[in-house]
Amino acid sequence: MSFQMMLMQLAGGMVKSISIFAWTLIFSLPLGLIVSFGRMSSNKLLGGVVKFYISVMRGTPLMLQLLVVYFGPYYLFKMHIGGAYRFIAIILGFSVNYAAYFAEIFRSGIESMPKGQYEAAQILGYSKNQTFFKIILPQVVKRILPAITNEVITLVKDTSLAFSLAYLEMFSITKQIAAKETTFVPFIVAGLFYYIFNFVVAMVMENLENRMKYYK
Amino acid sequence: MNILEMNHINKKFDKLEVIKDISLSVSEGEILSIIGPSGSGKSTILRCATMLETINGGEIKYLDKQAVRTDDNGNVVYAKGDKMKNIKSNFGLVFQNFNLFPHYSVLKNIMDAPLTVQKRDKKEVYETAKDLLEKMGLSDKADYYPCQLSGGQQQRVSIARALAMKPKILFFDEPTSALDPELTLEILKVIRGLAEEHMTMVIVTHEMNFAREVSSRIIFMEKGVIVEETTPEKMFNSDNQRTREFLGRYSQL
Repeated sequence: MSFQMMLMQLAGGMVKSISIFAWTLIFSLPLGLIVSFGRMSSNKLLGGVVKFYISVMRGTPLMLQLLVVYFGPYYLFKMHIGGAYRFIAIILGFSVNYAAYFAEIFRSGIESMPKGQYEAAQILGYSKNQTFFKIILPQVVKRILPAITNEVITLVKDTSLAFSLAYLEMFSITKQIAAKETTFVPFIVAGLFYYIFNFVVAMVMENLENRMKYYK
Repeated sequence: MNILEMNHINKKFDKLEVIKDISLSVSEGEILSIIGPSGSGKSTILRCATMLETINGGEIKYLDKQAVRTDDNGNVVYAKGDKMKNIKSNFGLVFQNFNLFPHYSVLKNIMDAPLTVQKRDKKEVYETAKDLLEKMGLSDKADYYPCQLSGGQQQRVSIARALAMKPKILFFDEPTSALDPELTLEILKVIRGLAEEHMTMVIVTHEMNFAREVSSRIIFMEKGVIVEETTPEKMFNSDNQRTREFLGRYSQL
């Protein structure tokens, strides 16, 4: 196989890795916010259930969770798996896992907000929703951005776990080529690709942080 | 008609009674100062009046409209929905530590609530905000962010923010406690200016001389009760042992 050919194949895998990354963020960030509300709920039952969910998500390997999400429906309901469900299972597994981490980050940010911000908003007559979305959330985002960046960078690398469901993202393709051609080169190229991907991600996140530097 | 009326207010934190059966009222144009040692409950009574704290008994009325009442079974019932929203629009509060919104510019801090909450006309609100900034001597700071301002400037913005809502009564919760003496004077000057315009105000303060000079009435509180309530002149020449002791300590400073 020519080097160019290999690059093409890896780039194709990269597109799929990026798609896992993007879809996971799209679902897990809002989900994480909702989960953080549940975690902070005054309803003890809801709070307890959410706490348990977070602890399972953080306490077991993501790869195992992916396998459960993918094969679970087959063993439990004899559902036909494979085809489109493979990708759905990957996004579902990643989103549910990352939402747990994001939820804890959101919670730490929301709980770090001074009470005075809520009180000022209340006195000025803002509704609960207005207070949260106009006053609290923007400040929370600024506070938690460095922690979010950490998670997002981890996610880039975690997309390689999709290989466990035989999904042909970049890491799976790398392994295939390496085995078939008995060469080490694809690993180096894949490493470079991941690194560049994360370099861009880090740049974007830094840019976001800088944009919020106008206030303290 | 009284702008604010508080009757037989009780407030407990767990089992600790911090407000014990306090009644007070404020009529239009009046300036009421509340003084007293730390932990006397003077800030708490302000927080009860502004619904930041839930009372355990009593009644609060604004312009004769009941915001809270206690029914025959001793249950405290707060007004709800639009009725409460209406009542709340009567008052503003200036905090000890300003509580400006750090992510909003000075102008947006002042304009946002009138626009989002009161749904007033943008042009009118802008004019109001500009006037207030000028009054506060902050015309050149409209596009600054709170973190770029001194404490005194921040407090003046927060006063402007409260005034932009056109409240009928303005509460001050130790507005100068976070400021050095120079900045304190800055804020007292602003409040004095409002007094000259006959703004109805309730001021919790440790600035005795200021309270004496600006108030129409002073309440001296201790341990959750009103020890004395009278005019500044009488308060500072009081026969009450405790009042004399407290004010005497201040004059020694």
